[in-house]
Amino acid sequence: MTDRQHDGGPEALLPSERPVRFLTDTGAAVRGRPRYPLPSPETLRRAYRAMVVGRRFDAQATALTKQGRLAVYPSSHGQEACQVGAVLALQDGDWFFPTYRESMALVTRGIEPTEVLALLRGDAHCGYDPHRHHVAPQCTPLATQTVHAAGLAYAEQRKGSGRIALACVGDGATSEGDFHEALNFAAVFKAPVVFLVQNNQYAISVPLDRQTAAPSLAHKGIGYGIRSERIDGNDPVAVLAVLSAAAEHARSGHGPFLVEAHTYRLESHTNADDATRYRTDAEAEEWRRRDPIARLEAYLRRRGHLSDEDVAEAATAAEEFAARLRTAMNAAPELTPLGMFDHVYDVPTPQLDEQRASLRSELEAEEALT
Amino acid sequence: MTTPSTTMAQALNSALRDALTEDERVVVFGEDVGRLGGVFRITDGLTAEFGEDRCFDTPLAEAGIVGFAVGMAMGGFRPVVELQFDAFAYPAFEQIASHVAKMRNRTRGRVALPMVIRIPYAGGIGGVEHHCDSSEAYYAHTPGLKVVTPATADDAYSLLREAIEDPDPVIFLEPKKLYWSKSQVALPVRTEPFGRAAIRRQGADATLVAYGPTVPVALEAAEAAVEEGWDLEVVDLRTIVPFDDETVAASVRRTGRCVIVSEAAGFAGVGAEIAARVQERCFHSLHAPVLRVTGYDIPYPPPMLEQHHLPNVDRILDSLDRLQRDDRPDPRFLPLGGAA
Ligand SMILES: Cc1ncc(C[n+]2csc(CCOP(=O)(O)OP(=O)(O)O)c2C)c(N)n1
Ligand SMILES: [Mg+2]
Repeated sequence: MTDRQHDGGPEALLPSERPVRFLTDTGAAVRGRPRYPLPSPETLRRAYRAMVVGRRFDAQATALTKQGRLAVYPSSHGQEACQVGAVLALQDGDWFFPTYRESMALVTRGIEPTEVLALLRGDAHCGYDPHRHHVAPQCTPLATQTVHAAGLAYAEQRKGSGRIALACVGDGATSEGDFHEALNFAAVFKAPVVFLVQNNQYAISVPLDRQTAAPSLAHKGIGYGIRSERIDGNDPVAVLAVLSAAAEHARSGHGPFLVEAHTYRLESHTNADDATRYRTDAEAEEWRRRDPIARLEAYLRRRGHLSDEDVAEAATAAEEFAARLRTAMNAAPELTPLGMFDHVYDVPTPQLDEQRASLRSELEAEEALT
Repeated sequence: MTTPSTTMAQALNSALRDALTEDERVVVFGEDVGRLGGVFRITDGLTAEFGEDRCFDTPLAEAGIVGFAVGMAMGGFRPVVELQFDAFAYPAFEQIASHVAKMRNRTRGRVALPMVIRIPYAGGIGGVEHHCDSSEAYYAHTPGLKVVTPATADDAYSLLREAIEDPDPVIFLEPKKLYWSKSQVALPVRTEPFGRAAIRRQGADATLVAYGPTVPVALEAAEAAVEEGWDLEVVDLRTIVPFDDETVAASVRRTGRCVIVSEAAGFAGVGAEIAARVQERCFHSLHAPVLRVTGYDIPYPPPMLEQHHLPNVDRILDSLDRLQRDDRPDPRFLPLGGAA
C-alpha cells in the first residue's frame, strides 16, 4: 500500500520514542537537544511570570470555592506549563477552544478573571465575549469542542486569514467519538488546528490504563494521518517549543498537529471530588517534584535570564492579581432574571415574550412585598 | 421498632446490590462507577463487593457505553449502565433512539434488550450548564423505551428492581436533587408496578400531576393551599411510559381541575402530553382548562438564576387562581405586558 499524503511514510507522523523534554526534573538542560527550536529567553520569562500568576489565580479560585463564592472549581494546579504554554504559543488572532479546566489559560489570554469565573460562580454560562478574545466558551460536554475547532480552523483557512485554532482536551475525553471525528475531519480538510491533550493521568477517578490500550494518546493521531508528538507537560520549555512548532506546522499549511502532554492535576477533579478515593499521596508527591514553575525558574536562573528581582516581581504581581480577584468576587454579581429570556433566539418567540412578562409581574409583586 | 431512615441514593444502591446478588446476569458499568462508586455514589461499594466483572468503569464514551450494553444484552447479560448527567447522555442518543428503542420491533420480537440506562437528571442542585437538563420528553417521545422516574426512596428501590427485571429497555431518570432526601423505608420493598401512578395526597378540589423532582414541590404546594381553602390531590406518575391514564383521569374526574407540574421546558413536553390525555378523557368533568406549571422555554439557566426558572409553590398557588370558573381572559396571555 502506498502512503498517500506523507512523504516519510507513517513513521514521519509518529511521536518521539520518549516524551520530548528540554529540562530535567530539577530544571537542568537535558543532554542531546530535542529536534524542536528552543523558545527565546523572553518567551520563557513571560511563561514563568504567567505561571506564577496563574498558580496564584488558581489557588485563589479554590479558596473562593471553599468560601462558597464559586459553585464549583476544576483546578489546573500542576498543569501550569500547559495552561500557559498553550496560550503563549498562539498569536492574538488565533482561536482557543478551552474545556472547563482551562480557567488559568483564559486568564493568561488576558480575559478578566471575573468574566472567566462567571461560569463557575454561576451567574452566566459564559462571562466573556468569545469573538473579542477569540476564545470559544469553556466546554463541558467532553471532546465536543474539538470538532468545532476543526471547523473554525477550516473556516480560517478558507478565508486565507493565516489564523489557526488550538483545542484543549483531556486524556479521558480522547475516548469520546467526537475526538476521533475531529481528528479525521481536521486531517481530511487539512485544517490548521492543534489538538493539545493534557494527559493529567485521570478522568475523574479513572486512570489512563482503564481509558485506553493505545501505546500513547499521541499515537491516536497516526491512524488519521496526523503528525503527533508527546511531551513532558510539566516542562514549560518543551511545551512552548513543541506547541510553537505545532502552530507553525498548522499555519504553514501542513494540516493538524496532535500533542499529548504528560502532566498531573494536583487537586481533586473539582472541589466536589475526593481524590483520596482513587489515588495515593505518594503519587501526587512524585509529580510535585516535577513542578513546572520550579523547573523553569531553576533553568532561567542558571542561564542568567531570571534575577531575584524578577522572581520577586512575579510574586508581587501574583499577589496583586489575587487581591484584585478577591475584591471583585466579594461583590455579588448583578443578576438579571429577566435576562434568562434574552438570546434564546435572535428575536424572542411570542411564547418567550409571554413568559418574560409573567416573570416580570412575579418579580414586581415580590418587590412590592419587600 | 422504627424503620430506618434511608436516602434515595441509598435505596438505589441497595437495589443494585440486591439485583447483583440475585441475578448473575446483571452487570453495572459506566463512568466512575467502579472504585469511586459514581459521582453521586449510587454504585458505592459494588465493585468491592461483587468484583470488577460485575461493576466496572468504562472508557469515557457514552455512545460506547450504551452500544456496548446493547451487545451485552443481546449476549444474555442484563446491563445496568450509568450515564453521568442528563446532558452527557446526548452522545448516546443515537444508540438509544436507533437501537435500544427499536431492536425488539426491528427483529419482530426476536431480539429483546433487557437493559437499564440510569441517568441522574433535572436541576435544583446549583449545577453549572449541562448538569441540570430535564430530558424526559426526548425519551418518552421515542417508542420502545420505558421511562421511569421515582420521587421517593421506596419507589427508587422498587422501580429500579423492576426496571432491571423488565424485558424491555428502561430509561431510569433519577432526580438528583432528591438523592439525599430521607424517608422511613425498610428495604427491600416492593411498591406498585410500572404503569401505576400513586396518589400521594388525597384531595377534592383539583389534581396536581407531578413526577420525579416536582413531586415534593407539588406536595408542599398542596399543604400551603389548604390555607387558601384548596384541598388538592397530588398524583405522582412514577412511570411516564407506561402512562397510567386510569389513575390520572379518575382523579381529574373527581376533582374537575388539573395542574401539571414539571421542571422541563413546557413546550412540547411531557406536561403537554398529560394535558392532552386529560382533556381527551375528562372533558366533561373539567371546570377549568388543564394548566401546566413548568420551567420556561429556555436553556437551563446558570445556577444563580435557577430559582427563578423552576416551578415552585408560589407558581403552583398562582395557577390555582386561574382554575376558578371565570371567563376573564388570562392576564398572562393579554398582548405584551398585560401582566405587568
Ligand atoms: C460527554 C460527557 N460525559 C461525561 C462528562 C462528565 N465528566 C466531566 S469531566 C470528566 C472527566 C474528564 O476527564 P479528562 O478528559 O481526562 O479531563 P480532566 O478533567 O482530567 O481535565 C467527566 C467524565 C462530561 N462532562 N461530558
Ligand atoms: Mg484527565
